[in-house]
Amino acid sequence: MPHLTTYLGLADRSEETLADSFRAIGEGHADVADVFHTCGMLAGWSDEHRTALAPVVERYGEAEVDEPDRLHAAGLAEARPGEIGLLRDLQDLHVLASLVQTTWMVVAQGAQGLRDPELLRVAQEAGEQTARQITWLGTRIKVAAPQALIVAP
Amino acid sequence: MPEQFQPDQQVDRVADIHGTRTPHAKGTVWPARVDQYLDPGVEESDVERWVQSACLLCSNGCGVDIAVKAGAMVGVRGRATDVVNHGRLGPKGLYGSTRWASAGDRLTTPLVRQGGRLVESDWETAMGRIVERSRALLDEKGPLSHGFYTSGQLFLEEYYALAVIGKAGIGTPHMDGNTRLCTATAAAAFKESFGADGQPGSYTDIEHCDAVFLYGHNMPETQTVLWARILDRTRGDDPPVVVCVDPRRTLVAREAERTGGVHLAPRVGTNLALMNGLTRELFEHGWVDDDWVAAHTLGVDDLREVVAPFTPERVATVCGVDADDVRRAARIFGESGSVLSTVLQGFYQSHQATAASVAVNNLHLLRGMIGRPGAGILQMNGQPTAQNNRECGADGDLPGFRNWDNEAHVKQLAEAWDVDPMVIPHWAPPTHAMQIFSYAETGSIGFLWISATNPAVSMPEAARIRRILQGDQCFVVVQDLFLTETAELADVVLPAAGWGEKTGCFTNVNRTVHLSEQAVEPPGEARSDLDIFLMYADRMGFTNQSGQPLISWRTSEEVFDAWAAVTAGRPVDYTGLSYEKLRGPSGIPWPVNDEHPDGTDRLYADAVFPTDTDVCETYGHDLATGGTVSEAEHRASAPAGRAFLKGAAYSPPHELPSDDFPLLYTTGRTVYHFHTRTKTGRSRDLDRAAPDAWVELSAHDAAERGIEEGDWVRVESPRGAIEVRARVGQVMPGAVFAPFHYGHWQPDADAAPDAGHRLANELTMTVWDPVSKQPTFKTAACQVTRLRDGDGPAPAPTTAASAPAGPSRRRPRPTAGGGPTTSQVLAETPTYPLDPAQGDS
Ligand code: SF4
Repeated sequence: MPHLTTYLGLADRSEETLADSFRAIGEGHADVADVFHTCGMLAGWSDEHRTALAPVVERYGEAEVDEPDRLHAAGLAEARPGEIGLLRDLQDLHVLASLVQTTWMVVAQGAQGLRDPELLRVAQEAGEQTARQITWLGTRIKVAAPQALIVAP
Repeated sequence: MPEQFQPDQQVDRVADIHGTRTPHAKGTVWPARVDQYLDPGVEESDVERWVQSACLLCSNGCGVDIAVKAGAMVGVRGRATDVVNHGRLGPKGLYGSTRWASAGDRLTTPLVRQGGRLVESDWETAMGRIVERSRALLDEKGPLSHGFYTSGQLFLEEYYALAVIGKAGIGTPHMDGNTRLCTATAAAAFKESFGADGQPGSYTDIEHCDAVFLYGHNMPETQTVLWARILDRTRGDDPPVVVCVDPRRTLVAREAERTGGVHLAPRVGTNLALMNGLTRELFEHGWVDDDWVAAHTLGVDDLREVVAPFTPERVATVCGVDADDVRRAARIFGESGSVLSTVLQGFYQSHQATAASVAVNNLHLLRGMIGRPGAGILQMNGQPTAQNNRECGADGDLPGFRNWDNEAHVKQLAEAWDVDPMVIPHWAPPTHAMQIFSYAETGSIGFLWISATNPAVSMPEAARIRRILQGDQCFVVVQDLFLTETAELADVVLPAAGWGEKTGCFTNVNRTVHLSEQAVEPPGEARSDLDIFLMYADRMGFTNQSGQPLISWRTSEEVFDAWAAVTAGRPVDYTGLSYEKLRGPSGIPWPVNDEHPDGTDRLYADAVFPTDTDVCETYGHDLATGGTVSEAEHRASAPAGRAFLKGAAYSPPHELPSDDFPLLYTTGRTVYHFHTRTKTGRSRDLDRAAPDAWVELSAHDAAERGIEEGDWVRVESPRGAIEVRARVGQVMPGAVFAPFHYGHWQPDADAAPDAGHRLANELTMTVWDPVSKQPTFKTAACQVTRLRDGDGPAPAPTTAASAPAGPSRRRPRPTAGGGPTTSQVLAETPTYPLDPAQGDS
């Protein structure tokens, strides 16, 4: 099952990237209190998904083949300044989180095929929480957009 | 003659906060007792007129008549026939209602900033400056450059007029009020559980309940008359059991002990863990009414799963309470025939506010305990007219509990106002107060109009708020009775008429609408807030689609009628109300319409909730993140009048104690003051009772730091510090309590040596609940250090939660010394419309 292990690796790595990016953006916008605190909390959710996945990865083994690089998304190392910067950062997080979400979807499909209830549960629960991360990002983008586009200094 | 029928007692109501008991048995009507206060030297026979109103000093909304003599307000008397208070008044209402009006420092002319100073001016100049700035910004940057920050103390007509100006005239989403600080979570919790705002319960539930749970609600100090109503049950036959959730040993906690209930003192910031534990117990012990839940709710399985980990032992560890106390409290909830729950700032201004408050709704839904006498929920408000701000939409919501995300609702308003729906901001949730101030900080909002509130004292992280208000990046207009700490920083200050100096309506926390009539003329050139808003609208020349003036009202009654019309078909239905009807013997609870011509005592008697997708005020939120549920998702869940059971996992508070800041800081209230003391500080009786700030810490934490009663201490958090005197008091170990009322204004400068460094909000954090956006005033880490010896006890009252822990070297004198009031228990209790204890309801 080389491709399943590839996807398990992708799930793990992209959650890690997402967690790091949430932290970088949250801390970069520490003056925006809700972004700071919520990003911190959502980073923690991604950490938990990785912890939940760990025993499954153990079971199936790491993908020993070179993963095609193109599967990976680069994380966000630092925040952009200002209200427009925040808007763009949230959009980038949205893109990353979407990758994570579809990855869990693919993994869940694999788990169905393999009749692996543990993996299925992990993938479904993580996927549901990723959807909540995406919902928050969408809500926050909508709130920030008009002011940032029209009047921000 | 039994004790309760002594006529006309003279009572010092500073010493005797709740007055004479009138105990009565379960299911019987609350007796009437008429409380009255007249200024020194004024006899009842001197009073020329009594003018109908309701008290504006807390959300309870007690019916009151204002005594007028020689063109001045000289006292108050409770209205015996009013459903809210049956004649009673508390210390704030008695001593604080009228004295401010004749204070020597009232604002009587507009002020404008010139050469860095505020100088006296006239309306033409002041309004000219406002309009000039407003127009210039609208031309240059558009409506998003404007923000309005109101209050919980204006009248309904004023909120509605401002809402129309802001939403249809200017078109800005940046409108909010002090209500965000005091009551936003109550509204949010209703919306999440029941689909729309609106208090389900009634004060009459007190007469019928078997248990009353007070969650973070120090009712004996915040709503004294409501507490008197509870005491009259707990001291009568067949009394209810009281359960108290509060980190301080308040009078509620003592009543819990007395009635065989429970006092749970959770660690600051852990309310949700406790609530999840109580909820789990209901499931574990089969106290859930499964049939009712299946028929009238959604989400029970998810809720069961979310609370599953919260065993009493886990709650004990997280919250620092006894596991058996959790079990006992849950059993009382689970086994009592009828439970009444009330909730206030201990939940609303704390970590995970909405989730914890929703959890209270959940407990009632799980037992089907809603909509009948005795089984009620009172998610309380802080400020007297907060409810109207929520209803009318000066807080950013759409008027009439309409849903900003529902095009049909927006269209109804556009039609009522004859404007293009695109003008009405509805593309995102309304901007909340903290965000408005952030935009003002960067100059993104360049015009901020603040009415009848004092954010320089009341908002978190005070130093930052002062910086925002005094900077050049934003033009600030302040409209108030006095030159408050906020007004001092404004560019233009407008003198407003206050309560008794203008006519208008307001609605208390259990939906009861009162008319408050003008009793006297405002001083100097002061004008009502309504007149000021209308003046601005006229000068700005806002027009509707037909080219007519957007706003043509001239009197408050015209605004009221327009408001009533716009509520048609909504849960908050005022269509059956008019000024004429409100001139009757009692306030009237909405909805009032053809179906309920005399009003409605409690909502949801039929267990049908306003959750239908086309009806609801919100599609809901993720309680953990605040992410919004979409219309499609909401529709797919097919709520169809069923209530939502929503849960969330506990997460630790945003700031945990550390080595440098090992204690948890919480702010709160005392019985003798309202908000930032603008009115109550100008009553000598109240000012003397609580003249200056203090900080409370437990005997254990005080001893560890060598602090004795009355010592000067420094309280410091990562954001700021205060230096005040210490009360070794009744907070739980690890917690520190500071009253938030005290800014640098002081009626008598000698009395407050610490006036420059006592503002409790210097220490609080800029952080808010993800759903209600209410700031968290009750979670900050702090340290307390001893500065020097005090020269007497702390200036904290001894009569309530701030009472000293025990004997000390500097023993405070018992708080007393309020002027004489009279109190008369009526031999015959009037008939109250809708009162279930008096027949058909
Ligand atoms: S309880 Fe509230 S409304 Fe009633 S008199 Fe006291 S302050 Fe006024």
